Amino acid sequence: MKVAIIGGGVIGALTALELTRYECDTVILEKASDVSAGGASKANSGIVHAGFDATPGTNKAVFNARGSAMMPQVCQQLDARYKRNGSMVLAFSKRESAGQQKLLNQGLANGVEGLSIITGDEAREIEPALSKEVISVLWAKTGGIVCPYSLAMNAAASAKKNGAQVMTNTEVIGIGKADGAFVIATTQGEVEADYVINAAGVHADKIANMAGDDSFSIIPRRGEYMLFDKKIGGLVSHTIFQMPSERGKGVLVTPTVDGNLLTGPNAQDLSGTNKEDVATTSQGQDYVWASARRAVPGLTRGELITSFAGMRAVSNTDDFILGFSTVPRFINAAGIQSPGLSASPAIAKHLASLVASAEQLPERARFDPLFTSIPHAMEMSEAELHALIAQNPAFGNIICRCETVTEGHILHAIQDGATDIDGVKYRTRAGMGRCQGGFCMPRVLEIIALATGQNYTSISKKGGGSYILTAERGATVG
Amino acid sequence: MVNVDLIVIGAGPAGMGAALAAKKHGVKDILILERADKAGGILPQCIHNGFGLHYFKQELTGPEYALRFARQIKEKQINIKLSTMVTGITADKIVTAISKADGLIKYRAKAIVLAMGCRERARGAIRIPGGRPAGVITAGAAQRFTNMEGLMPGKEVVILGSGDIGLIMARRLTLEGSKVKAVCEIMPQSGGLQRNISQCLNDFDIPLMLSTTVCEIHGSERVTGVTIARVDDNLNPIEETRQYIPCDTLMLSVGLIPENELSQGAGVSLAANGGAATDKYMHTNVPGIFAAGNVAHVHDLVDFVTEEAEEAGKNAAKFILNKKLDGKGYAFREKKTPSSAPLDPNEKRLICIVCPVGCEMSVYFDEGGNIASIKNNRCKRGLAWAKEEFTAPKRVLTSTVRRGNKWVPVKTKGAIPKALLFDAMSALKKISLTGNATVGTVVAPNIAGTGVDVVLTDDVEQ
Ligand SMILES: Cc1cc2nc3c(=O)[nH]c(=O)nc-3n(C[C@H](O)[C@H](O)[C@H](O)COP(=O)(O)OP(=O)(O)OC[C@H]3O[C@@H](n4cnc5c(N)ncnc54)[C@H](O)[C@@H]3O)c2cc1C
Ligand SMILES: Cc1cc2nc3c(=O)[nH]c(=O)nc-3n(C[C@H](O)[C@H](O)[C@H](O)COP(=O)(O)OP(=O)(O)OC[C@H]3O[C@@H](n4cnc5c(N)ncnc54)[C@H](O)[C@@H]3O)c2cc1C
Repeated sequence: MKVAIIGGGVIGALTALELTRYECDTVILEKASDVSAGGASKANSGIVHAGFDATPGTNKAVFNARGSAMMPQVCQQLDARYKRNGSMVLAFSKRESAGQQKLLNQGLANGVEGLSIITGDEAREIEPALSKEVISVLWAKTGGIVCPYSLAMNAAASAKKNGAQVMTNTEVIGIGKADGAFVIATTQGEVEADYVINAAGVHADKIANMAGDDSFSIIPRRGEYMLFDKKIGGLVSHTIFQMPSERGKGVLVTPTVDGNLLTGPNAQDLSGTNKEDVATTSQGQDYVWASARRAVPGLTRGELITSFAGMRAVSNTDDFILGFSTVPRFINAAGIQSPGLSASPAIAKHLASLVASAEQLPERARFDPLFTSIPHAMEMSEAELHALIAQNPAFGNIICRCETVTEGHILHAIQDGATDIDGVKYRTRAGMGRCQGGFCMPRVLEIIALATGQNYTSISKKGGGSYILTAERGATVG
Repeated sequence: MVNVDLIVIGAGPAGMGAALAAKKHGVKDILILERADKAGGILPQCIHNGFGLHYFKQELTGPEYALRFARQIKEKQINIKLSTMVTGITADKIVTAISKADGLIKYRAKAIVLAMGCRERARGAIRIPGGRPAGVITAGAAQRFTNMEGLMPGKEVVILGSGDIGLIMARRLTLEGSKVKAVCEIMPQSGGLQRNISQCLNDFDIPLMLSTTVCEIHGSERVTGVTIARVDDNLNPIEETRQYIPCDTLMLSVGLIPENELSQGAGVSLAANGGAATDKYMHTNVPGIFAAGNVAHVHDLVDFVTEEAEEAGKNAAKFILNKKLDGKGYAFREKKTPSSAPLDPNEKRLICIVCPVGCEMSVYFDEGGNIASIKNNRCKRGLAWAKEEFTAPKRVLTSTVRRGNKWVPVKTKGAIPKALLFDAMSALKKISLTGNATVGTVVAPNIAGTGVDVVLTDDVEQ
C-alpha cells in the first residue's frame, strides 16, 4: 500500500508524518529543491490564529480551532518554534467596534477560548505602541506565532526518519492509471501509488485536472511583507490585526518567533497564469507600510531588512477543499489559504485517517515523531556552547555573524537535507539577519561545496536555474 | 576569565594601527581578536592600488598596505587571535569570544578599542521591488568571490551605486571578461573618487548614469534583467524614463554601515551616521572603550583610518596607564567633493590619477590637435601625466594569479600601456604558482612584452 503526496509544503509534510503512523509506504513529491520551499509555507504571516475569523461550520472554522489547539504539542515534538503571544484586533471607529462584537460571537460559536473586548486605553497599557486612534480591541489570548518553515521542514525530516521517502526536484507532470494504481509521471521518472493526496498549493487545481477531477479552481492571491531588524522586534508583543474585510484579515504587525518584526500582507489577485509571481511591488510595499503605521505609528523604515511576498491559494468555494475526490482514491487538500498553517496539524491528521480507515491500516509499532534540531548558538548557555565546541570545533567557527550561525550548524543542516543556500538559510537562519547574507553567503557556499563534493559553480540559491556563480576563473584559462 | 590590559576587536588597518600605537605608548599586554583567518580587515580583498599615498607617500595595493602592519604586529610580538569572533562586550569591559581553538572564552580588559569596520547595505535596506532571484550581490561579496576565491559572480552586470567599491568592481569584472552594462547612481554626482571614475569606468567605456536608479528586479531563479529609471528631485523614479536592461547580475554598492551591534551591547552611543560616537581622543561615552576606523566613520581612504587608529591606541594607552587624555586629538577627515564646471570648446578636462587628490586639469589644444597648455594641475607629476595620458596612456594593472586552489594578488611593478591591459590579463591567466614567496617577488617578467614585471603584492606561505 503506497501513498503519494504531491506537494511538500506544511500540509504535505505533516500529512506524510501522520501517515507514517500506519503500515504503508509514503512518498512526498515536491518540485522545488527542498521541502517547504515551493509555495505558501515559506512565505506567510506565521500566525496561529485563535479561530474567530471563519464562519462557523466551514472547514476553515473547524480545522483552525482543532489545529491551533494541537499546535503547541506538535511544535514541541518537532522542535519548531512556537509562542502563544496573543493577538489583538483594533477598531478605529464605532462601526468597527460593532464588528468586533460579531467577531467575538463568531469565535464563541467556533469554540475559541480567552476572547474579550477591551478599551483602547486598556489595550495601550498592554501594548504601548498602539495608535492613539484605537478605540477598542478584541483581545484573543490564545493567538500564537510559529515558524512555518521549520514546522514543515522538521515534519518532513521526522517523516523521513519514520520511513517516508521525500523526493525533491520532482515535479508531477501527469497522472495516469494502470492495473488500478496511479502512475504518476514526474521529472524524475514514474512513481506508482495506490492513493494520491493532492497538496500542491496554488497548483492543486492543475494536479486534480491531471487525475480527471475538474471540480474546483484556484486563484492566486499575492501578499507582500516587510521584515524588520530584531532591534525593533519588541515594538509590539501581540499580533496586531485591523478589522478584516472580505479580502482577508488585512495587514498585521507582529513579532516573529525569531524576534524580528513582520508586517503585511496586502492582497492582490493575479491571473491564473501568474501563480509563481512572488515579486514585490512598490504599490504593495507602500500599502503595507501605510497600513502598518496606522496601527503602530512608531514603526520606522530604517530598520527594514527585507521585503518578500507569498501566494495564497484561494479556491472558488473560498473554503478548504478536503477529502476524497470524485476520482477514487484521490484526496484533495486544496484551497488551503489562511488559516491553513494554523489548521495544518488537524488537516494532516484528517487526511491520514481517511486513508487509514479506508484501508484498515494497522498502526506501526515503532513510530516516533520526535525530531530535535541543534539549538541556535545564542540559545545555548555559554557552558553548553563551550562544551559543544570542545566536542566538535566546527561549532566554534561562526559563519553568519548577524544570526551567530556556526559551521557546525550549517553542516548539520546539510545532513538534514539542505542542498542549497536557501536550504541552509531556512534551517539555520544563516543569511536571514540584517546583512542578508552579504557576509556569509560566500562562506556558506564554500561549506556546501566542500561537504557535498560539488563544484562551487553548481551550488545554487534555491535549485533550478538559481545559480550563484557564472564561472570558475581557473576554468577559463586559455 | 582572562585578564588583559588592552583588547582590540578587529585586525583591519584600524585595529592593527591602534594596537601598534598602544604598544608604542607603553602597553605591554595587548590582545587583538579577529574573526577572519588573516589579518588585514577588508584590505586583502582590495587588490587594487590606491592605498598609502598620504601615510607612506607611496602607492600601494590593499594587501601591501595591510602587510606592512601585519609584519609590525609580528615583530612587536603583539598577541593576535585569528578565526576568533567576539560575540559580546559589556560596559565593564568583559569581552566574550568564540573560536574553534578556545571554545567560548571571556576576557576582562582595562581598555578596549573597537575596530570592527563596517558592513554593506543590502537590497532590503534600499527597497528595490521585484523578484528575489539569485544574482543580486553586494560589491564586497562579489569582490571576495572574484579576488579571494577565483569565482565569477556574473557575466552581464548592472551596478547600482557609484561609490568606490562599485567603481573598482566595475573595472575588475571587466578585466575578468564580464560585461558591465551600466553603473547607475541615484544622486546627481558620483560618490566615488574622481580617479576611480576615470580609471575604472571611462577607461572601459562603461556608462555612468547619474540621477538614475534601479526600480525593479526581474527573474525568479536567476536575475534576467533590471528596470532602471531616472529620478526626480525627490529621488522618485520618473515613469516615462523606465528602461529595461537584460543582465544576469545586479551588483549593489549602495553604502556601508558601521558595524556597531557589539558596541551598542556595551552601551556605546552612536552618532547620526551610525558610527560609534567619540570625542577627539576617539574615546566613546563608555570609559575605557575607544573606537577607530570604519566602526566610527566610513572612510574613503585607509591612510586616515591609520591616523585615527593611532590616536585611539595612544589614548587607550593613556587610559590604561592612568594618564590624562590631552593633546590636540584627531578630527575625521573627509575627501573633497569634486567640482563639475562646464567645458570650454577648446579645452578638455582630465582628472589626474597620480594621487587621490584627483586634480581636475584643463588641457588646451592648438589647431593641429597638439597640447598647447595645461592648467589646474597642482604638481609637476600631474603635468607629466597629463601629457602622457594624451599621447600614450598607461595604467598599473592589479589582478590575482592561481596558486594551488587559492588565488594570490599581484600587480605590474610600473604602469603599462592601457592598450595592453587585456593582453597582460590573458598572460596572467596562464600562471600557476607553487611554493612560498614574499611580497615583491617577480611572478611574470616582462608581461605582454611591456618590459614591466608582475610582482606579488602579498607574502604567500602555507
Ligand atoms: C500571504 C500569506 C499569509 C498567510 N498567513 C497565514 C497565517 O498567518 N496563518 C495561517 O494559519 N495561515 C496563513 N497562510 C496560509 C498558509 O501559509 C497556507 O495555508 C499553507 O502554507 C499551505 O500549505 P500547503 O502545503 O498547502 O501549500 P504550499 O506550501 O504552497 O505547498 C505546496 C507545494 O506543492 C508543490 N507543488 C506544486 N505543484 C507541484 C507539482 N506539479 N509537482 C510537485 N510539487 C508541486 C509546491 O512547490 C509547494 O511546495 C498564509 C498564506 C499566505 C500566502
Ligand atoms: C572595496 C573597497 C575599496 C577601497 N579602496 C580604497 C582605496 O583605494 N584607497 C584607500 O585608501 N582606501 C580604500 N578603501 C577604504 C579602506 O579599505 C577602509 O576604510 C579600511 O579598510 C577600514 O579599516 P577598518 O580597520 O576600520 O575596517 P576593516 O578593514 O573592515 O577591518 C575590520 C576588521 O574587524 C573584524 N571584525 C569585525 N567584527 C568582529 C568581531 N565581532 N570579532 C572579531 N573581529 C571582528 C573584521 O573581520 C575585519 O577584519 C576601500 C574599501 C573597500 C571596502
